[in-house]
Amino acid sequence: MAALGRVCLLLALVVCAYGIGASIYGVRTGRVEWSESGRRAVYALAGILTVAFAVLEVAFLRNDFAFNTVADTSSRTTPTFYKAAAVWASQEGSLLLWAWLMSLWSSLALFLTRGRIRDVAAYATAIILGFGGFFISLMVFYAQPFAITNPAPPEGVGLDPLLRFPTMMIHPPMLYSGYTLCTIPLAFGMGALLARRVDAEWIRVIRKFAFAAWFFLGIGVLLGARWSYSELGWGGYWGWDAVENAALLPWLTGTAFLHSLMIQEKRGMLKVWNVSLVLATGTLAIMGTFLVRSGILDSIHAFGGQTLGVPFVVLIAVLIAGSIYLVVTRREMLRTEHRIDSLISREAAFLANNLVLVGLVFVILWGTYFPLISEALTGQESAVGPPWFDRYTVPLALILVLLSGIGPAIAWRRASIANARRNFVTPVAVALLTLCALLIGGVHQKPFAIAMFCCAGFVFGSIGQEFFRGVRARRAMAHEAAPVALVALVRRNRRRYGGYIVHIGIVVLFVGVAASSSFQHESELGLSPGQSSRVGAYTIRYVRATASVSPDYDSANTQGGRELSAIMRSQPGVTLGPDTAHTGATLSLGAVLDVTKHGRHVATLYPSEGFYSSEEPTQGSVGHLIGGQPVSHVALDSGVTRDVWTAIAPNIETPRLKRIVTLGDKTLPYSNPAEGMVAIAALASAYMRNPPQAQFHLIVSPLVMWIWLGGMIVVGGGLIAIWPAPSAVRRRLSVRSRARAGAGAEQGLARA
Amino acid sequence: MEALIVIILALAVLMAVIFVVSAPLRAVHRPPGVGGVRINDVQINQSTADRADLEATREAKYREIRDTELDYRTGKLSQEDYAAVDGTLRAEAVEILDRLQALERESPGAGELGPGPG
Repeated sequence: MAALGRVCLLLALVVCAYGIGASIYGVRTGRVEWSESGRRAVYALAGILTVAFAVLEVAFLRNDFAFNTVADTSSRTTPTFYKAAAVWASQEGSLLLWAWLMSLWSSLALFLTRGRIRDVAAYATAIILGFGGFFISLMVFYAQPFAITNPAPPEGVGLDPLLRFPTMMIHPPMLYSGYTLCTIPLAFGMGALLARRVDAEWIRVIRKFAFAAWFFLGIGVLLGARWSYSELGWGGYWGWDAVENAALLPWLTGTAFLHSLMIQEKRGMLKVWNVSLVLATGTLAIMGTFLVRSGILDSIHAFGGQTLGVPFVVLIAVLIAGSIYLVVTRREMLRTEHRIDSLISREAAFLANNLVLVGLVFVILWGTYFPLISEALTGQESAVGPPWFDRYTVPLALILVLLSGIGPAIAWRRASIANARRNFVTPVAVALLTLCALLIGGVHQKPFAIAMFCCAGFVFGSIGQEFFRGVRARRAMAHEAAPVALVALVRRNRRRYGGYIVHIGIVVLFVGVAASSSFQHESELGLSPGQSSRVGAYTIRYVRATASVSPDYDSANTQGGRELSAIMRSQPGVTLGPDTAHTGATLSLGAVLDVTKHGRHVATLYPSEGFYSSEEPTQGSVGHLIGGQPVSHVALDSGVTRDVWTAIAPNIETPRLKRIVTLGDKTLPYSNPAEGMVAIAALASAYMRNPPQAQFHLIVSPLVMWIWLGGMIVVGGGLIAIWPAPSAVRRRLSVRSRARAGAGAEQGLARA
Repeated sequence: MEALIVIILALAVLMAVIFVVSAPLRAVHRPPGVGGVRINDVQINQSTADRADLEATREAKYREIRDTELDYRTGKLSQEDYAAVDGTLRAEAVEILDRLQALERESPGAGELGPGPG
């Protein structure tokens, strides 16, 4: 079946080449049938890559270790869910996922735009197929998902323990959906410039795809942060890691684009800016993919061994050069139709918001790519860390939050100073009340955090005022009860109020970030059973150690297994059994922690660290069973007001425990893991009889949950904003109703 | 046996691809009314593109009129400012409708070929 996969890739390459030629021929000669054929080539590409993906997926589910990717990232003992998701755990599989998702989303986009902006869509089709051809070429010539080994190994290496987390398996499809969706506005942007049609119809088409890209990228970034916090043992959710930044960059430019697009839609302004933003977003998405796939920058995500750097650099260079060429040569048609009427206007606020977002992009771009540039110029590795990023992004984030409260309070086109003053009374009052409450509560350190809370108060006041006044206006016209009026108001003005909800979500998220990073209590220390530590207002006591052994063979049917079971039964506290937590760990050592506050029990936590098998015979018959990279399994008690986060690093390097491993390595054969597991069981028993001091990382962070809640509010608000309006509002007016243009708008508002 | 299955599946995929991709080209030679899209009769029509653009502009203008009234009713615009802006927007909307009407007079057969907006 690997041959079928390879045939599919080659066929896909041919289809891409055909589709590019047919689309360009069709649009240049005006022969629509060829453009249509080019569009259908995208559909065909989606079909072919679906077959290819299915071939690889089936290989994983059937444990076909003849496939190199299956052998490298899966094993017979890998749980089925993780097997299915392990397809994209490898470089080759992730490239296939990328190409497949791009073909699916592109097919949907072209299907939805069939019969509209034909000339633009034809060029966009050619560009999309160009991307498809690029990624498929990588798979054909560099990183082959269907490469096989004959004879097939009997067992695979298994999934990287860091990826054995449900969120982590959904994160790549979400992120890749975001990345691939970014290429669609890019393609339509370039298509519009090539066809010389950057108009209202183009805006209407591109807005949906830009939003979808923003939506999925945002979810992907949030899931990644959640994984980092819940799974990795460092206790944070954002470390300004290179690949995290690379996913954030197109999201920021996409956010700027969604705002400034409204200005172009209403006023015909910022055409050059918008086109540049959409091209930059797509290019940044490709650059993000480049960072993840090339291993150029040191990151937990960049696990690709092969370098695909050169092809990606060429593609990015072509994209940048092509974008600049198109914008410069089409600048006449991008000339603005109007100017901003007033600095006290929503247009001005959106423009300021754009400048801040792009400022953030430049800061993060420089900090992320600086190591690469520095190394290229000086030959020395260097890096910028979180303090550098925080120094520049925090003030910009404060301005951004403030602007998200200013924009809703002022009108489009112009607002009088007196009116603006009146509209800002409530938001400013809420901000001042917030400040007073913080000062009275004794919070007077961390000025940036206090500024963020006050800005958040400003935004809540501003947007709360909008909802209040909107409901009041609706009730005055339609005489509805307040809840009914609220629902109707949001339903009839989805973009506006959905956007307001997104702003609320962003602010809630920033409040969580500010609080958790500024007022966190942290402790790293060694504890023995019975000892406790105070972290903030909480006392965390190490009650007792835990140990579990999970052999990956049927322990009941072997001599070694029976001995293992006997040892387990004689040692209370050590559990033996199947890997029900699906961690894949051979040995897990942990602790029971009792968390109290002012003497009152709050939670019981069970952090542990898993020790995994490696494939290194040099580590010995027993050593290799626990010689892989240990992975911390964090224990967390989450609440609306605070999180208690704990991680443990047990010490298995004491002389007593090392003696057991060394003796086992000397006496037990490598080829019989069952006997090695007996030694592991003995190790666990010895650990439990007299647990050595373990290192603990304990954190109490306020308002971490607000980050995830804020993200969910953003998702909800985004869905409301993009949901199609009721058909009555979109009803076409015939040409004969031109005299009712004003009346029609009044009726529309009455219905609103 | 597996090799045979692979060959059959590969051929099936190839035939499906050729069928899908060539459909518009085959429809060019099909007589009207038999089926398929009469693509050969439809050229990339500048008038159709202009009409679609004007309709999108019109929808955006209606939305802007509605937003402006909402701004007024929620206290962001004074009555004087609202009257001025609303008047401008309505005039712009009428101009768009005039242009649509002119386009309709010039090309009475032109219209949307695909699904409607939204």
